[in-house]
Amino acid sequence: MPELRYREALNQALREELAADERVFLMGEDVGVFQGAFKVTAGLLEEFGEKRVRDTPISENTIVGMGIGAAMAGLRPVVELMTINFSLLALDQIVNCAASIRYMFGGQVKVPMVIRMPQGAGHQLGPTHSHSFEALYLHVPGILVAVPSTAADAKSLLKAAIRDDNPVIFIEHETLYGKRGEVPENGEPGRFGEAAVRREGDDVTIVGISRMAVTAQDAAETLAAEHEVEAEVIDPRTLRPLDLDTILASVEKTNRAVIVEEGWPHGGVGANLAALIQEQAFDHLDAPVARVTGADVPMPYSKPLEQAAFPHEEHIVKAALATFRDL
Amino acid sequence: MERTEHALPDADTARAVVAKMMLIRRFEERAGEMYAKAKIGGFLHLCIGEEASIVGATQAMRERDYLLSTYREHGQALARGTPARAVMAELFGRSTGCSGGRGGSMHLFDAERRFLGGYGIVGGSLPLSAGIALSSSYKGTDDVTVSMLGDGATNQGTFGETMNLAALWDLPVVFLVINNQFGMGTAIERHSAVTDLSQKSGGYGVPGSRCDGMDVLAVHACVERAIRAAREDRRPQLVEAVTYRYRGHSMADPEEYRSREEVEEWRRHDPIETFGDRLKEGGVLSADELERLDAEAMATIDDAVEFADGSPFPELDSLYDDIYVLSEQIGAWWSIDERSPGTHRGEREREAGEVASELAEAGAAYADTDEEKGGN
Repeated sequence: MPELRYREALNQALREELAADERVFLMGEDVGVFQGAFKVTAGLLEEFGEKRVRDTPISENTIVGMGIGAAMAGLRPVVELMTINFSLLALDQIVNCAASIRYMFGGQVKVPMVIRMPQGAGHQLGPTHSHSFEALYLHVPGILVAVPSTAADAKSLLKAAIRDDNPVIFIEHETLYGKRGEVPENGEPGRFGEAAVRREGDDVTIVGISRMAVTAQDAAETLAAEHEVEAEVIDPRTLRPLDLDTILASVEKTNRAVIVEEGWPHGGVGANLAALIQEQAFDHLDAPVARVTGADVPMPYSKPLEQAAFPHEEHIVKAALATFRDL
Repeated sequence: MERTEHALPDADTARAVVAKMMLIRRFEERAGEMYAKAKIGGFLHLCIGEEASIVGATQAMRERDYLLSTYREHGQALARGTPARAVMAELFGRSTGCSGGRGGSMHLFDAERRFLGGYGIVGGSLPLSAGIALSSSYKGTDDVTVSMLGDGATNQGTFGETMNLAALWDLPVVFLVINNQFGMGTAIERHSAVTDLSQKSGGYGVPGSRCDGMDVLAVHACVERAIRAAREDRRPQLVEAVTYRYRGHSMADPEEYRSREEVEEWRRHDPIETFGDRLKEGGVLSADELERLDAEAMATIDDAVEFADGSPFPELDSLYDDIYVLSEQIGAWWSIDERSPGTHRGEREREAGEVASELAEAGAAYADTDEEKGGN
């Protein structure tokens, strides 16, 4: 299986879907001539031309709204927003239109579009370019939310998102773009709502969201090597739809759960998952569900402060060990 | 502003135009009554006074052209041919409504007639309109999108963003600003630095023009020219129709921001009466015929109210329908509630109640439990 960078895998997905379906087109800030702020769309303007790969002005709410309109009229737009923080300018169109249109018009129309955007800290981009908002989008019925953490998932889930008939918020991670991984050559789309068990283990379940699925695997190796704890690491891959069954089956085996996310704690993915786990698997729990989250602050610029504001391996190890305390 | 006297249309056209304006007027009057009787909930925004702007514009459209509008859009749906029954039923929240009772007054939709929605957010439909126009360009059709907005929407960010993109990408879209003089309760000279709204798009590359929105022929001529430019020259256009709404912003509006005299002054230019007078003077339609058309409009509305009132509310089981286009392959949780109704829909409370009554029947009343507790 060839190794690709996460950004190359995304690029392949876009190229293959552009080639396969005339209705698919890309639009966004600097996706064409500039080849994408993170080079995800490199080479696509040259290959597919200006009709299919469209540079837009800096007008997030209208770019997203135009994508929704084009989707309603039968096209399959893929809109790129430069970072997830900028998607807040488009929140009106995402929530009041993309998520609501099919429902509020009685199912007469669908909105098959993808809104791609990277999130996450680590590049010292400060409090307006580094946040993690998967919880914000998870909150909204009517949209699907994907959070791929590997090159293979980046490709297969992006293909699935483009082929899906629903609006999809596709959340990439800035620090994963350069990360390599094996990507199957067959070009098959992935499946939404199917979690990946990244590592099997009987002692504690660790659910990692977005990049935190990667950090959780590192923590699991440390837990095994230094603490004789075998952690099972689950990457949900999509938050809506959510493969809760895989998480519950793991918790029923391990009786312990730690949820790791980069976003804020209040109303976070972990808060939501903890509620679902205790509702559905209360009798199987030997310890309270633990959460490891980003710090409850706007993302600071200064390197040591930024590093202190999102979860690292040692935080996850500590939280996992704490689920065994006093038992 | 365009105020030249336009030649009167032939009798058939005149009949169609005046009938639509009357239908809208009678519909809105009756909707107001039904709101007062609590048959209609939420907000209700009536367009009485704006009929010429709506009908003048829609008469200039082809059947395959797209129309989008604001939340004051009963008239737009009716003008495009959505049956009064389906519109009234939507206002009543019934399953037979044109949005299945999901949208209500502000969110009418008729895919078949390419009326792609009323939108509740001021300026929210502008980007969508440009996107729909983009799809026409993309597919190489000559369909035009007509996007109706209010004067208040010209102050939203989406207005400037959408004008720029529409001009930049040569989109076949016509923006019709129905300037009814108020952004909710704030008069235009208090909400817009530039009160000639047809000037607000030019700097973005979208040529603007202005017409008397109380004169159905003036609106028609102006919008027809704009649609032709959009369709044939692929250049977006903006038209401002200067009009007035007789009623408040919504039924909840006490109208303390304007005088009775101002309303009366505008009423003297009533679009239906002035057009009717011209048709009579010009010998196109007789007074009797106009009366007959009005009676027909009222009968249509009587029927619509009866239909709406007799229609069922949506089934409660349909609450989760059409949030998503569900694909068969995915068995995971799309919405939390659909998989755990016990937790989220009160089923457990019902079950608990059943258990309690079973226990009571078996002689294990709550009083006994309390005694036991007390004994501990």
